Order: sequence, then structure tokens, then C-alpha cells
Amino acid sequence: MSDRRSVTAPVAAVTLRGVTKRFPGVIANAGVDLEIHAGEVHALLGENGAGKSTLSNIVTGLYRPDEGSLELHGEPVVLRSPRDALARGVGMVHQHFRLVQPFTVAENIALGDQRDRRLVPDRAALERSVAALAEQYGLAVDPRARIWQLSVGEQQRVEILKALYRDARVLILDEPTAVLTPQEARGLFETLRAMAAHGRTIVFISHKLHEVLAVSDRITVLRGGRVVATLPTETAAPEGLAALMVGREVETGRRPERTSAPGQVVLEARELCADGDRGLPALRSVSLEVRAGEIVGVAGVAGNGQRELAEAITGIRPPTAGSVLVDGRELRAGDPRDAIARRVAHVPEDRLGTGVAPSLSIADNTVLKSYRGPDMSAGPFLRRARIVRRATELIAQYGVHAPGPETPARDLSGGNLQKVVIGREFAGEPRVLVVAAPTRGLDVGAIETVHALLRGAAARGVGILMISEDLDEILALADRVLVMYEGAIVGERSGAGADVEELGMLMAGGAR
Amino acid sequence: MRLERRASTPRWLQVAVPLGSVAIAFVVSAVVLLVTGHNPLHTYRRLFEAAFTDPGALSSTLTAATPLCFTGLAAAVAFRVGLFNIGAEGQLYMGAIAAAGVALALAGQGAVVQIAAMIIAGAVAGAAWALIPGFLRAFASTNEIITSLMLNYVAALFLNYLIFDTLSPWRDTSSPGAEQFPQGRTLPDAAAWPTLSLGTDLLIPFGLLVAVVLAGGVTVLYRRTRFGFEAAVIGDSPRAARYAGMRTRRNILLVMGLSGLLAGVGGASQDGDFRHLLDPRGLAQPGYGYTGIVVAALARYNPFAVVVVAFLIGGLSNAGYALQGADFPAGLVGVMQGIILFCALGGEVLVRYRVRVGRSAPVEAAHAT
Repeated sequence: MSDRRSVTAPVAAVTLRGVTKRFPGVIANAGVDLEIHAGEVHALLGENGAGKSTLSNIVTGLYRPDEGSLELHGEPVVLRSPRDALARGVGMVHQHFRLVQPFTVAENIALGDQRDRRLVPDRAALERSVAALAEQYGLAVDPRARIWQLSVGEQQRVEILKALYRDARVLILDEPTAVLTPQEARGLFETLRAMAAHGRTIVFISHKLHEVLAVSDRITVLRGGRVVATLPTETAAPEGLAALMVGREVETGRRPERTSAPGQVVLEARELCADGDRGLPALRSVSLEVRAGEIVGVAGVAGNGQRELAEAITGIRPPTAGSVLVDGRELRAGDPRDAIARRVAHVPEDRLGTGVAPSLSIADNTVLKSYRGPDMSAGPFLRRARIVRRATELIAQYGVHAPGPETPARDLSGGNLQKVVIGREFAGEPRVLVVAAPTRGLDVGAIETVHALLRGAAARGVGILMISEDLDEILALADRVLVMYEGAIVGERSGAGADVEELGMLMAGGAR
Repeated sequence: MRLERRASTPRWLQVAVPLGSVAIAFVVSAVVLLVTGHNPLHTYRRLFEAAFTDPGALSSTLTAATPLCFTGLAAAVAFRVGLFNIGAEGQLYMGAIAAAGVALALAGQGAVVQIAAMIIAGAVAGAAWALIPGFLRAFASTNEIITSLMLNYVAALFLNYLIFDTLSPWRDTSSPGAEQFPQGRTLPDAAAWPTLSLGTDLLIPFGLLVAVVLAGGVTVLYRRTRFGFEAAVIGDSPRAARYAGMRTRRNILLVMGLSGLLAGVGGASQDGDFRHLLDPRGLAQPGYGYTGIVVAALARYNPFAVVVVAFLIGGLSNAGYALQGADFPAGLVGVMQGIILFCALGGEVLVRYRVRVGRSAPVEAAHAT
């Protein structure tokens, strides 16, 4: 790895000094000092929410820092827009491509380029120069192909070519491998090395350890909007990086040793596979068991198949293979109504929009699943009085702060909304509870309430599958911990025996 | 200057905005009238009289309002659920064709049988026509705006074909006038819907009563039944509906069917209440289906508000006919109607959005990593 650069004195391509960026209620970046050398591949490593994307958006002119300064090639600059940044040689390859589907590769590359102001561009010359550029960096793509004909990997090459064509000296890639197959990812790494060898500077944003170790010269680890460390890749070890990234020196409330042994298996998934929204496999043969009274935590970085797992179990997402069993009997695949009838409760990750219909009242949302039953309806008609009474009871029982049962769900705070959802899901005496990101966005008091409710449900014998990105939460509640990475379960630990750093490693794909 | 969605709409605004919109419309129209050499105040007074207070004006307004009630309800029930059925126009034609068909086929039957059969035939035909885009939407995810709109042209051509291009049972082939110009066969007398007379010259068409009853039915359906609950959830958040185990496809079909049914009964009412024959020109010229969308939007998809708005728009179009003459060109009437509708619909934006002047930070960035 040491032959990558012949270093004399490194020249700074990008320098950030004391950069702070606040958003309402959040500090995305706090006093970030960072120096990225010209001609290196520099990785920004961190969990979701660590401030990586905000930082890159500052360097590409999308955001302006609240405090601190930015220098490009040693020159202090104030960037007003991404075009401003591009004019100074900073290009960005976004996670979600910005390409016009019916246009050709060459047209997309020329689109928005202000240098050629002729009414009718010289198509042939454009295609020639795109082809030449593509060849130089091994970015095989036909300039005349239309975007919709291209694979995701090829589309990403077009994005990179777009930046190169504008002569970007610094290229920032935001989670570029998220959409790629492993083979395409390896091809991308070669391209990035080649571009660095040609003197371009690459900023590579990722939360995956092995990628960062495979491609970068130096690594900066971000956590909670701050730079935790910058170190040369040669000296970095996966364990150390995982610890820096997850960084839980403070051991928080471990789950108290359980007193009763878990009961029989209430939920079982057998080799469950499902596709993600993009139609690519997102869940790869997941098998798991949850026993009555047990809380099984599913840890993992967002987007590694957790949402698909929850949706496949609860019938929202039809599985492509495998089966789900509740109390030993198979659920009808892809039928949420069957899961509901078999008392599989679900507190979804997306509370407002999936967990509740936002414009409808608390009362309506209280019976979102039970309105069909004889309690709440008579013939085709709803029993409004009972529905309102049920909602009033729920508001009282769970201490929901709301003006009344007719308040629209969207007017509730996150914590109160979650209480409504949990209250509704607990109402049917569930056998199984699938709960995702149960405390995301909640304040401390609400987090404690929700945790207490989950513990209480487990004590009553509900089998709980809890998906969370928050390791503290998982360690505080789970009897067993499963780790998901790229759609598969890559590890299982007992809640008491789980080690934060080891979990962090597994989450980042640093398999054993 | 940007538009921002309001978290909630204050009640006073829901009243102030429509009134303000109409006031602005009258001010803008006044300019047009002055430029073209007309006295605005005089014109407005005549407009009001021609719509509501002249002898027979109110009855004519109700005649114009009746089809708009049906098509307005048709649009409202679908739009509420996020299904944009633009096809009330064609569904009304199909309803009219079917109702005229059964009326002719059941010649000799009594009025009760005739009227019931016409209503049912219109409802079934309208619903069936709307179910074509409904099925395509539910099972092939086709955009119902396009398909329902396109089917309007198909229905219009079919309607013309029946009268102008073939010797169909709907076409009059015997009366002397039909030799010069093709027209529909006159329906049996028993197929003429009754009128309710109030006072000396206020005639209420039977169809209007049917529309009011249907508006009540739709209100109960949407407020009180499981079907209405599911429709509300689907309209608000399809993901929540799926999560709750609702049968979204079935609901799409039911809502589209209901929407077409309402428009189809409107077609039957055209045959039975007013025209007493299948009249392609008369059905197509006013654009009831399209105006119904405007009615529904102004009524904010509330069924009873649809009836009220249909009455006002009916008055506007009825007065338009009365106003135009040698000194007042028809085009000017159209301009005034257009300005009023434009302002009323434009004002609706302010009910749901607020106008914010100046730039502000991109708030959505708060969730970026």
C-alpha cells in the first residue's frame, strides 16, 4: 500500500478549519478541522448521522458553514452554490444520481455545462472527448447509450465522468457503493485509485470498514458531528476503527439479568428473502426465532435490510422466498391482514405515514387495524361512540398529551405519536411485536417510557423483535442480539455477552 | 416568494378566502367591462337578476345546476381518496345512453318502472365505464387521469355514432325533422321525470332531488361506514392503509365505480329531466364533467358543499345565457365566468398554503447526515 504515493510534502487540496453547521435542533458538524491532501483518497468514516454528508455538502457549496472557514488548494473561499464549487474544481457524485433518463450519456455530461454556449453543440466532438475521458480512467461506458439502458454501476460512471468532464480536481463520492454489486464496487475502487494516480483528490464517504480500508490512503472518523481521528490507512486496524466509529466508552444501562426463562417459540422466520424498493435483493435468506417473553434486538447500520425484514414478517412486503411462522403456523405471505389476525403487532420505523394516517384523528388511528371487528363496527357502519371511547381510554392509559381524541395525528409530538401507535398495537394482546427504531427522534423522557412499555410487554409474554440502529438501546433491552449486514444476519450474541466494539465491527461488515 | 404548506387552516380563512376571491374577480371583471364600454355595476345587477330573481331564472339555474351536482359529486368522491377520475364527462354520456336505451326498450311500462330502470341503467353504465380506468389503476398501476380522460373521447364518439352514423334504436328515423338533421328518438312519456313545483314559477327537477339524496348518502358513506374509513386512510396515506391490512385494490375499484355511478345517474337525469331523447350535441356542449371537477374543488370535496357550489356555478352559467345579446357578446360572458372561476380556484391555494416572501434556509437539510 505504501507505493501508492510518492510523498514529499503533501499539498492540501481541501482544508476545513473549525467548521460548525447547525440545523434546527441538531448540530450536524461541530468545530471540524480537516485537511485533505491533493492526490490522495481520503475516507470519511462514520455512522449514519455522524455528519459526513453535511460536511461534504459544505465542501460542495450546498450549505454554508455557520462558523469556520474553508480553503481550496490553499486559497480561502466562500462557496455560494454547487456551481461555484464546481468552478473551483470540486465535484460531487451523489448517492442518488442526478441524470436525465431519456438523454444519452454524452448529453447528460454536457448538460448544464456553461462553457459551450453554442445553440447546437458539436455532438460528435462531445462524444469523442467523453469516450477519451472514459478510456483514460477505465470507466467503460458508451457515450451514445441512453441512461435508462444503463445498469446502476454504469450510471454511476456517468456521474463520475460528469465531474471529470468539468475538470473536477476534487471529487467527493457519497456512499458510492451503496447501490453497487461487490464486483462493480471493486471496479469503482480501481477507478478511484487511477484518478488519484493522475493527481486528482478523492473524498470517499462510507460507513463500511472493509471498503474504506481497501481504497483509501487516509481515514477520518466522524462521530456526532466531530472529527474523532484522522489516521493513515496503513496504521488502521478494523477493530480500532469500529471502536472509534461506534465509540461507546460509556457503558450505559445494561439489561438486568432476566429472571424467567423465555417460553416457546412464537415467531420464526425461515430463510426469508425479499427485494427492496429498487427491486434488488435486500433480504438474503434470514432465519431467526423469537420466544415468548424474549426481546431479540436486530442491530445494523440503516439500509442493510432491516426495514425489509420487518415488512416481510408483518406481511407488508411479499417475500421472494422463505416463510414466516407464528406459533408454529405459517403466515400467508404478503398479507398484512393475516399477520394482524394472528396477533403480530408492528410498530413501524416510519410512524407518521405508515404507523398512522397523519390527517386522521387519534380516534381513527386508534382503530386503524381493529375497525373491522364487531367491537368497532356494526354491519357496514362504524361505531363512532365506541371508537372515541377507546381512543379516550388510550390517551389516559398511556399519558398521551393531546387536546382530545379528535386531534389529527400529525399534530402530536414524536413521543406522543409513538405512545398512540404502541397503545394501539398492544391493545390486541399481541403474541409477537415487531418494533423498528422505537425511540428515534424522541426525547429522553419519552425514550424511558417506550423502553418501559417494551419491557412490560416482554414480561407479559410477548415475543419482541426490536430493530434499532442505536446499540445502547439494543444493549439496554435485548436478551439476544442479531446483527444485519447487507441483508443477512452476520452474527448473533447474547444480550449480556455482547461487546460493543465487536457489534460495531459486525455492523460495518468486518466479518469474523 | 415561496409557498409553504399550512400546518392548519384557521376557520376564518376558509370563509374569507372564497369571499375575497369573488371580490377580486369582480374587480378584475370590472376592468374588462369598463374597457369594453359596459357599466360594471349595471352588468352585475343584471347578472344577479338573470341568475336568481327574474321570473323563471331560479328554475333555469336549477336546471343548469342539476348535472353539475352529479358530476361534482362524482369528482368529489374520487378526489377525496386521491383517485383523479377526470372521466365524469364520458361516464355521464354512457349513463345517458344506457338510460335512454332502457326507456325506449321499456316503452309501454309505467312511470315508476321507467324512472327506476333509467336510474339503475345510468348508474350501472357510468360505473362500468369508470371501472375501466379503475381496473387499470388497481391492477396495472396505470395513471387513471390519462385513461379516464381518454375514455371521455371514446364515449363522445360512441354517442355521436349512435345518432349520426348508424340507424341505432336511439336514432329517430320516422319524424320529418329527422330527415334534415339526425336526432335521437323521443323517449316514451312515462320516461319523463316529474318536476316538483314550488310557488308560481319555481320548478325543481326530480334529478336534483336525487342528487341531494345521493349527496346525503355519500356523506354517510364517507363519515360513518368502514368503507368510508378505509377510503379516508387510503386517501391520506396508502402506506398506512397497506400496513393496516386494507384491501387497496378493492377500494380503488369501489371508489371509481361509485364515482362513475354518480356521473351515470347524472346522464340518466339529463334524459329524463330535460332532454327526453338522446342528444349528443346538448350533452357534450356544456362540458358538465369538466365543470364538475371545478365544482368539487371549490366545494373541497364536501358532498353538500358540492350541491351549493353547483347551484352558484349553475346560476353563473344560466345568467351568462341571459346576459348575452346584441350589446353584450357571448365571449365577454365567457371571459367573466373564466375570471370568476380562476380567482376562486386560485384563492384555494391560500387556504392550504401561506405565501412567504424572501429566502430561508433549506429545512429539509436537517435530516441529512
